[in-house]
Amino acid sequence: MKKLLLIGLKDLKLVFRDKAALVFMLLAPFLLTLGLGFVTGQFGSSGGGIGNIPVILVDQDGGELGTALVEMFQSEDLADLVTVTLVDDPDIARRGVDEDQYTAAVIIPAGFTASILPAEGATQPGETVQILLVSNPTRPTNTGVVKTILEEFISRVEVGRVGGTVAITQLLSGGLITPQQAALLGMQMGEQQADAVTSSTAITLTTNIASQAATEFNALAYIAPGMALMFLMYTVSNGGRTLLVERNQGTLPRLLISPTASFQVLGGKVLGVYLSGVAQMLILIVASTLFFQLKWGDPLAVFALVLAAVFGACGWGMLLTSLARRPGQIAAIGSAMMLTFGILGGSFMQMDMMPTWVQWLSRITPNSWGLDGFSILALGGGLGLVLKPILGLLVMGVVLFAVSLIFFNRRGISMK
Amino acid sequence: MPAILEVHQLVKKYGDLVAVKGISFDIQEGEIFSLLGPNGAGKTTTISMLSTLYAPTSGDATIGGFSVTRAPMSVRNIIGVVPQDLALYEDLSARENLVFWGQMYGLSGKSLASRVEEVLEQIGLADRAKERVKTYSGGMKRRVNIGVGLLHKPRLLFMDEPTVGIDPQSRRAILDSVKQLNAQGMTVLYTTHYMEEAAELSDRVGIIDHGELIALGTQEELTHQVGENETLVLHIGEEEDAEALAKALTGIPGVLQATANDHQVSLITRQAEEILAPVVMRANERGIRIRSVDIQEPNLEAVFLHLTGRGLRN
Repeated sequence: MKKLLLIGLKDLKLVFRDKAALVFMLLAPFLLTLGLGFVTGQFGSSGGGIGNIPVILVDQDGGELGTALVEMFQSEDLADLVTVTLVDDPDIARRGVDEDQYTAAVIIPAGFTASILPAEGATQPGETVQILLVSNPTRPTNTGVVKTILEEFISRVEVGRVGGTVAITQLLSGGLITPQQAALLGMQMGEQQADAVTSSTAITLTTNIASQAATEFNALAYIAPGMALMFLMYTVSNGGRTLLVERNQGTLPRLLISPTASFQVLGGKVLGVYLSGVAQMLILIVASTLFFQLKWGDPLAVFALVLAAVFGACGWGMLLTSLARRPGQIAAIGSAMMLTFGILGGSFMQMDMMPTWVQWLSRITPNSWGLDGFSILALGGGLGLVLKPILGLLVMGVVLFAVSLIFFNRRGISMK
Repeated sequence: MPAILEVHQLVKKYGDLVAVKGISFDIQEGEIFSLLGPNGAGKTTTISMLSTLYAPTSGDATIGGFSVTRAPMSVRNIIGVVPQDLALYEDLSARENLVFWGQMYGLSGKSLASRVEEVLEQIGLADRAKERVKTYSGGMKRRVNIGVGLLHKPRLLFMDEPTVGIDPQSRRAILDSVKQLNAQGMTVLYTTHYMEEAAELSDRVGIIDHGELIALGTQEELTHQVGENETLVLHIGEEEDAEALAKALTGIPGVLQATANDHQVSLITRQAEEILAPVVMRANERGIRIRSVDIQEPNLEAVFLHLTGRGLRN
């Protein structure tokens, strides 16, 4: 057992002295996480997460509802979420978005209030006009937040309008008011509705986002484990490759003629790969926590999931090693496997966007099980909720190790 | 002296290819025994079987009384191996390599630390022990490669062509270290295709060719096989046809055997001076210019030539 551990630790040391391997193990997933974070708007001017979204407003309406919308954006409830700049010129607002100074511009056109509330003396609202949302394509997530606020406002206005129309129609049909009184009443109800929109309690995102937890879910909590798991496949295939490299460089035969049993040599090599994978995942988790303020969730459950994910991935690495004849084969197939599993396992896109049969197929990848687990933990789940992915990964590892051993036994570890 | 190694009809086949064809020999404790033969003769395959890396197809060998097939672990504790190719972790330092390999041989704690320092002194790398092996010269790497084989003070050391591809100075150092180790009581099985190395080091020599042990004995015993014959070596230019010259010289009276090697022709004769003139004349007739001539006393090269009709480096 001691020799097995010594061989594993020696391999771990060698991995961390291999600059090329470190680039793939640590730098590449970190940079890809960073890049995808920028692309998906996770690193806005606030530096990460959702908050302080810069929004520029133009109120050309000047009516009750236009003012109500501006006041809502400027309300204390949304103070942490959006930073509002009010201008008069729509072109200035558009330019601000084009120049990436703002996440979105909200342009309230003239006649917006009149299009909903009949003007004084009129019995019908004016011509329909629409609020214009100019979005910044580089910040899709934050733009989505602004859109959600707008939709919430419009929804409330619409509810008020429909409610008012129904009430006035019933009063009119019951003969309780005259048509002249109906117009005045409609205007008063509209003003009250506008007041209600601004004075009501916080506009929250809970209407369109499932839960409070969803509001706090940072997309990086999906991207970072996705990249870490994808490059974990590189680590395990590269680790397996070292077995064949050692055979070629003569250190494997030298080990086999020392008083060290074959199972200790093979076990030590596997342990080295496993330790490298665990170290890689933990470093990436710590780095993303420090640099991206990413919350991975319950530390104990995260650690358990890391151990299981690396075990499952190691199974694939060993299977590949047991089948390959040359280190170059492992490098080529390992790279292909890393990308295929990355795509199939959901490292680039969520699996619920895929057809059902792809979702089933994805279960052969450690990425899929791992991402399930990490997503649950990021949403606040505990160890109990990730037992299924952990079990899936462990079963995967056991099956793959068993098959690998059959192949290793067939040709012998020295492969001569 | 008791035999530390006894080899009995050792055979190794790879499919239809028979790499080692039933060789038998023994090595006495304290001896330097050389296996001399050209590349591909079966030296490394023999060492691989004796060091328990490959199982023999048939036959067996005992080392220190333990069978290489039935008690490989016991054998591994007795032997040390210096493989032909470097077998080191180049991203580890010399000290880290020695510590790791020492641990694989069961050393630990103070005994490991002190043994590592001793070996570093022995191979002359104590002052550069912290540097990674990949920064070393070829000769330095060879020395670390040897050092690994010595760590656990093996009773029997296998050295498989340890001087291939290194500079003369490092080669000299390695040959001296082999003698030194032997003087300290270590038994050595040394394989080489350099006749000079076998001649300088060995108490006894086994000559191996095409997987067969074709001669075995002390140098005196072996050279006696070619009798009092001398070897006349003719060095010719690269552009000349050595084969044609050897054929042309075969008929000259007094030439017992003529063999073409790399740009040279070796003639076995009873009295080299007597055939020199007709040999030169015959070469001139053929338009082949002889650049220089060596007359060699009976040696291992001549024995190999005598037994196989080929030079060791063919």
